[in-house]
Amino acid sequence: MYSSNLRTRAAALIAALALLYAVIGPPPVHAAGKIQVMTATTDLAALTREVGGDKIEVESIARGYQDPHFVDAKPSFLLKLKHADLLIVVGLELEIGWLPPLITQSTNPKIQVGAPGYFDASRFARILEIPTGQVTRAEGDVHPLGNPHYWLDPENGLRIAKGITDKLSEMRPSEAAYFAQRYADFEQRIKQADQRWLAEMKPYAGRKIVTYHRSWPNFAEHFHLYVVGYVEPRPGIPPSPQHTVELIGQMKRDNIRVICVEPYFDLKTPNAIGRETGAQVVVLMPSVGGEKEITDYFKLFDYDIAKLRQAFDATH
Amino acid sequence: MRKVAILPAVLVGCSVASAQETLPKTASAPPEQAASSGPESRMKALEEQVHTLTKQVALLRDELKALRDAKAQDTASQGHFLVASTRAEPGTLPGILAGVAPNAPEPTPQVAQTQTLGGATSNAKLLNPDISLIGDFIGTAGHNDVSPSRSLELHESEVGFQAIIDPYARADAFFSFGEEGVNVEEAYVTFTSLPAGLLLKVGKMRADFGKVNTIHNHALPYIDRPLATNDLVGGEDGIDDAGLSLARFLPAPKNWFLEGTAQVFRGDSSTVFAANRREDVSVVGHLRGYTDLSDSTNLDLGISYSRGHSNLGSDFGSGFLTNLYGADATLRWKPLRRAIYKSFLFRTELFWSGRDQLSPLNVFETQHAFGMYSSAEYRLNRRWTVGGRFDRSGRATNANLTDTGFSGMVTYWPSEFSQIRGQYRFGHLALTKPGDFSNANEFLFQFLFVMGAHGAHPF
Repeated sequence: MYSSNLRTRAAALIAALALLYAVIGPPPVHAAGKIQVMTATTDLAALTREVGGDKIEVESIARGYQDPHFVDAKPSFLLKLKHADLLIVVGLELEIGWLPPLITQSTNPKIQVGAPGYFDASRFARILEIPTGQVTRAEGDVHPLGNPHYWLDPENGLRIAKGITDKLSEMRPSEAAYFAQRYADFEQRIKQADQRWLAEMKPYAGRKIVTYHRSWPNFAEHFHLYVVGYVEPRPGIPPSPQHTVELIGQMKRDNIRVICVEPYFDLKTPNAIGRETGAQVVVLMPSVGGEKEITDYFKLFDYDIAKLRQAFDATH
Repeated sequence: MRKVAILPAVLVGCSVASAQETLPKTASAPPEQAASSGPESRMKALEEQVHTLTKQVALLRDELKALRDAKAQDTASQGHFLVASTRAEPGTLPGILAGVAPNAPEPTPQVAQTQTLGGATSNAKLLNPDISLIGDFIGTAGHNDVSPSRSLELHESEVGFQAIIDPYARADAFFSFGEEGVNVEEAYVTFTSLPAGLLLKVGKMRADFGKVNTIHNHALPYIDRPLATNDLVGGEDGIDDAGLSLARFLPAPKNWFLEGTAQVFRGDSSTVFAANRREDVSVVGHLRGYTDLSDSTNLDLGISYSRGHSNLGSDFGSGFLTNLYGADATLRWKPLRRAIYKSFLFRTELFWSGRDQLSPLNVFETQHAFGMYSSAEYRLNRRWTVGGRFDRSGRATNANLTDTGFSGMVTYWPSEFSQIRGQYRFGHLALTKPGDFSNANEFLFQFLFVMGAHGAHPF
């Protein structure tokens, strides 16, 4: 009997100790002095790249053509998160379905919620559609803290870039001047680009559009478009026949000729609505990397604006 | 933080009030003068009025800017938690910022351009944990002589509390209210900031033995648990015990993720382990290997070991031990662009049990039983999933009794927060004498509903 106790206890101890013993190796070696940044989405990675230049290495968890609400918490991301100095998230509960377990399991104290290496970009952006009054899921998968698709406004892009610049400077004070200079450069370029985009979109100001999901309020506001309907009856709820019929009626009444769809949604219903109403269905990219040619934050707007203009022009 | 939110609101409120006080005076004065003279003077009066109003607007704008700057300083000094609450309908034309300078982004981009209009009530509850309740209603029809279940039952209502405890830890607790009482399914604290990349969990938890043992009922792709779980690994609750868990990533070949977990429990887990004495602790070891075969396909492998005392008491020789070995493999396919419409998952788990016991002739023996299941699920579209499972398992106490079964499942998802599932289950179940079987044909259905906090999707 005595030997059994001992054996069980020994087994327990050995199991725990063996693990400890086997694994306490040298700490991971980072690429020469670069700040390792992980971001939830490609847009945040693109903005970080703008201001971080070659002093950082950045990678996004979600791909640009992926629905950022539904990303698998794959263990392969854990390895990357483990070595990150900074984790930049969209926030507003966009990543609530997948990021929290990754952060917990990363065993990286630097990027835990509230730690200096945890950066919530939504704190720096102008947020729309913050529900007031009662919030229930009768409204679908609502985001009680506001619409998390806020990066699709160049002004927000600039605000986020400023926030990232300050964070990087705080982490690496010796490079603060470098980051500040990169930010100034980005600011100038984005302001110029924004003037061009606004000019390109000016002829279409006040146009009404329909989108699949509520991904575009900031974009629409910035470029003076009205989003008056959604293919989804409620956020996160797939299209229903009744809602589709109502939407078709509304589009005919209001003469709405453009339906914008995110790349990760099925085109069947939008196409059917398009056939019924004569509207153009246009796949707009909500994120950098949605298409191969969208390699940075500027090309994202270039791409979407070009697509939108084509669609507007084709319907008149 | 509350101060930050309230102060600007009050100030904006005051300035609006003062504007209202002054505006009507200037607006009402000119018409009196105008009434006494001709159209020309009336025009002049109107011009004057416009002029005054323009001045007023400029004044207000300056005031607003001053307020905003003050708020910017205030929030900057606070460092964190910017209350950005703008109420705007989608597609409404831009507000102050774009109106003033439509071509140039705001020069102080750090600050959210906001005015607080209601809302922010949830702030009072910010420190409460995330609370959720998952209801699991199951109905069964058909025929099963070996392990009959109730016709209709609210199988369990699982209440979850999850929160970050402090900068070093988070905690998760799940209480399951069943037909027979309340059970702490899991309640543990996870220390996330330990040195050497260690992840420590302390509390009651589902042991890291294989895959199905770690999954809560509502997250399973089927209504019941595989036969092997019931026959060899403690049934529905499985190895679920109070103890400590230590995990760490291990050095691995390129493109592989390896994780080792070692757990020590008190040694009480449903029918599989029982701690008769304080030293009868049980242990669990798990090694997980994972690799991405491509962006959309991945392979997840694991081996597990567990050892503890059985419920036969400790008064015979060296005691009665149960050794469990497990192996699991999961293949997932989910195209990233169509992740919400199409996916496929294949999983198989093997279990070996070695259980010390007394034979019918009161001779010490070790029963060696084997069990396994294989399951597959395929998402047809956003709302429908189909699946199937094959089961085969010997009984832990008598390896000569073997149960076999298969199931077919259909799941409908009205939304992410509810599921309706139907399952046909056939069982070729062993009776007490080897060679005697009873066939079970059953139809099960299940309604799952989720209230409250949005939980993480299981992976």
